[in-house]
Amino acid sequence: MNIDSIQNGIVIDHITAGRGMTIYRLLQLDSLDCSVAIIKNVHSSKMGKKDIIKIDAAIDLNMDILGYVDPGVTVDIIRGGKLAEKRSIDLPERLENVIRCKNPRCITTTEQELPQLFRLTDRERRVYRCAYCDAQAK
Amino acid sequence: MKRLIDITELSLQEIERLLHRAEDIIARPAAYAHACEGKKLATLFFEPSTRTRLSFEAAMYELGGHVLSMADAGSSSAAKGESVADTAKTVSCYADIIAMRHPKEGAPLVAALNATVPVINAGDGGHNHPTQTLADLLTIYLEKGRLSNLTVGFCGDLKFGRTVHSLINALARYVGIRFVLISPTELKLPSYVKKDVIQKNNLDYTQTTELEAVLPELDILYMTRVQRERFFNEEDYLRLKDSYILTPEKMKLARPDCSVLHPLPRVNEISVAIDDDPRACYFKQVFNGKIMRMALILEMLEVQV
Repeated sequence: MNIDSIQNGIVIDHITAGRGMTIYRLLQLDSLDCSVAIIKNVHSSKMGKKDIIKIDAAIDLNMDILGYVDPGVTVDIIRGGKLAEKRSIDLPERLENVIRCKNPRCITTTEQELPQLFRLTDRERRVYRCAYCDAQAK
Repeated sequence: MKRLIDITELSLQEIERLLHRAEDIIARPAAYAHACEGKKLATLFFEPSTRTRLSFEAAMYELGGHVLSMADAGSSSAAKGESVADTAKTVSCYADIIAMRHPKEGAPLVAALNATVPVINAGDGGHNHPTQTLADLLTIYLEKGRLSNLTVGFCGDLKFGRTVHSLINALARYVGIRFVLISPTELKLPSYVKKDVIQKNNLDYTQTTELEAVLPELDILYMTRVQRERFFNEEDYLRLKDSYILTPEKMKLARPDCSVLHPLPRVNEISVAIDDDPRACYFKQVFNGKIMRMALILEMLEVQV
């Protein structure tokens, strides 16, 4: 299968197989006018299988979403058809409007215009807690 | 200090400063009688609470200040759909400091992020109640002369008991603290408090369902009420509410210098026959709560005495 190479854009690589569509949805890539390719189940010597997303435009990516959904991904920035920068993604310290608090007692359940804020409280166990009520993200 | 939402926002130095200020207020109340003259405290209580609201109001009156209070939450602008943020911005125009109780967890934080005056969390649902913890700390400090090297037993509802979680968080920062956690299995301390606070600080702890077995070890016994309002299911509440009742018989097992604390109100978990026992400290705790709220208001309004 051939997908055209990108001149100026972004390649999100090493996505855990099956998470490509989730990332596509959360990053709202469907709203872009440029070409976007989701390649599923690509053979990977390191991962066995992986997903890849290619975006044919230099857009601002929400790295927090990537870090939360799949902290192992890499982001390649392509300029003039060449790899200009390679970024590793880590778990973000803070998440804003990425996930919602499910604690029925939390203020965000009644005041829904409040930003959904979470902070990383345990990096090893990937635990995020709501900044308002401290409930663990599920 | 512009807000107090969670007890862990206070450094040990700040807590020490508040304790010393509280001791001074107890020793020289007249020196503080006009300290907050011309200042106004707004008590925004969106759920029923008698003692905490009265404690805040008494604290402000004893500092010579004024209190603005809502008649009841049902007639407030919140009942008309006003957001917490808007309420905080509005009340900031009227008062110099806000104490807020709200049934929704995190509401006082939202208020603090939007108010232009200091905000004190006076209890947000089952989440935080830092001024109760300050009252607990002052009581332990006055009874024991220290906040370190203590064996502290918590008994009753350790799952929903916000005062328990806050006090564990506060004491975990002192050296030589050992916790004894006494509760029915269904109401035991949440695992995240154990992992994130007790185990993270490498503190010694014991978990048990038997109060009598551990009573002789305790310097402090912190009793709690099984709270009906925290249960979604009435049957579970009825089944668990009488799990532990402290009686004079049981108190014979406790050390002569063991201090019994309770955040109040109690239902039946401490027999009234214990009220005259010199080890009963729960009404002193109520007094200490008012004193610590005075110390906190002074600190937040940056009033020098």
